[in-house]
Amino acid sequence: MSDAIVTTLRTAAMYKSAYKPIWCPGCGDYSVLSSLTKALAMIAVPPEMVAVVSGIGCSSRIPAYTTCYGFHGVHGRALPAATGLKVARPELTVVVTGGDGDGYSIGGNHFLHACRRNVDLTYIVMDNHVYGMTKGQPSPTTEPDWDSKLSPGGTGVRPFNPLVIALASGANFVARAFAGDPNGTAAIIAEAIRHPGFSFVEVLSPCITFRPEQRAWKELAHPAPVTATDDPARAAHRIMTDDGFNIGVLFAGRRVPYPIPTGKAQCTPADLETEFAP
Amino acid sequence: MNAATTRTVRTAKKAVARKRTSSRLATPVEKKSAAKSAQAKRTKPAAAAPAIVHVPKTLTEFMAQAWLMEVEAAQRYNEFADAMEMHNNRDVATMFRTMAGYETRHADAIMVEMGWTEFPPVTPRSGDWPGAEGPETAPGDAVHYLMQPWHALTLALASERRAEAFFVELARAANVDSVRRAAQELAAEEREHVELVLKWMKKVPPPDSDWENDPDPPRDMD
Repeated sequence: MSDAIVTTLRTAAMYKSAYKPIWCPGCGDYSVLSSLTKALAMIAVPPEMVAVVSGIGCSSRIPAYTTCYGFHGVHGRALPAATGLKVARPELTVVVTGGDGDGYSIGGNHFLHACRRNVDLTYIVMDNHVYGMTKGQPSPTTEPDWDSKLSPGGTGVRPFNPLVIALASGANFVARAFAGDPNGTAAIIAEAIRHPGFSFVEVLSPCITFRPEQRAWKELAHPAPVTATDDPARAAHRIMTDDGFNIGVLFAGRRVPYPIPTGKAQCTPADLETEFAP
Repeated sequence: MNAATTRTVRTAKKAVARKRTSSRLATPVEKKSAAKSAQAKRTKPAAAAPAIVHVPKTLTEFMAQAWLMEVEAAQRYNEFADAMEMHNNRDVATMFRTMAGYETRHADAIMVEMGWTEFPPVTPRSGDWPGAEGPETAPGDAVHYLMQPWHALTLALASERRAEAFFVELARAANVDSVRRAAQELAAEEREHVELVLKWMKKVPPPDSDWENDPDPPRDMD
């Protein structure tokens, strides 16, 4: 945990709204929410200068639980909405949140191109290897032999490797965190926000309702034995050969972020309304 | 599935099998044995000695760490209370809110005792705990929407015992008299809390074997 813990405790509450989360008791997303507010306190950005953008799913509820500006968007489309926002309002800190189903399945294509564009966003995916909100269907990161009534015998399909996909697509910062270590996750999120370009943080966030065996993740998660590299090939090799529970910043690149347009807008919202008027 | 992933899944399944006999709630096996084992748990000895990863060198540093432990424990209980309120489990929500209040008061007492006006003057480090979270912080996944006050007290009992064991071990490891004495005092306080929780537990009935049964369960496909 960083040295900023006292400051963090002082101000993290500023970022939490009065709405109480409606996640299942014991869900890892509670800790991720706490980590996000602590991270925002660490970087000391005022809530009104932060936008939290999400898609659909349990974890995509997060914007409502913060005092920041929020956009609870369309399934899988959080990244394009956030990209537009960041390009139009570069002074804002834009954080994108969602789950593995939202981000890697219906939003998978947007994920690739957000990495490729390298706009200065921070994308936090709460990965529980299942669609929780819709009652337990396998997601792109579900193990092929996960047996359930909705996938008898398992899907038999190779799981998506989001960290390697992000590296191959050009993400400038790649990290893995664990919800069971909320202070460690806060430090990683803060580092991701500070890093220029597209930062991707995959948080292993257990779904104890549909994947109760994920309680064992707390026994498996461990700090990555190596420091972050700026070589994507080396990072990809490490990730593809690790046990899936290395926690920490795994890649911190040097790509120049997507340039923010400096030209003045050629029309106003009123012009657009006129254009689209029936 | 690559070899590493297969190993991971197998390891996780084995770990789950081991965990089924540990402290987490909400498995059918546990719910049947919960009531039977209630009395046994009441007389369970203090938690095993934790590995001390950092020994404070000054009283100020030690008390800052103790303060952080109380604050984080309160935060977790408040999270639990919020979750239980949203699931209309009012009794347990009230119990967790009460526990959060106690932990906050303990943190405030440290502030007063040390003469600190706002926050500790030194930086407590949460990375100094034996685990990812402070010893008094209840595990985030140790709750169930149908849990009963007895379960909440069981959680609190385990947390207080961990805190006691932590301070006992820290007192043993301390090289500075003032730190050792303070750790011994806080261990004694935690022991009192253990006794207090045990007294409360005598007033709360253990759960029935079917406490987890829900006629309209969220997980309805299994």
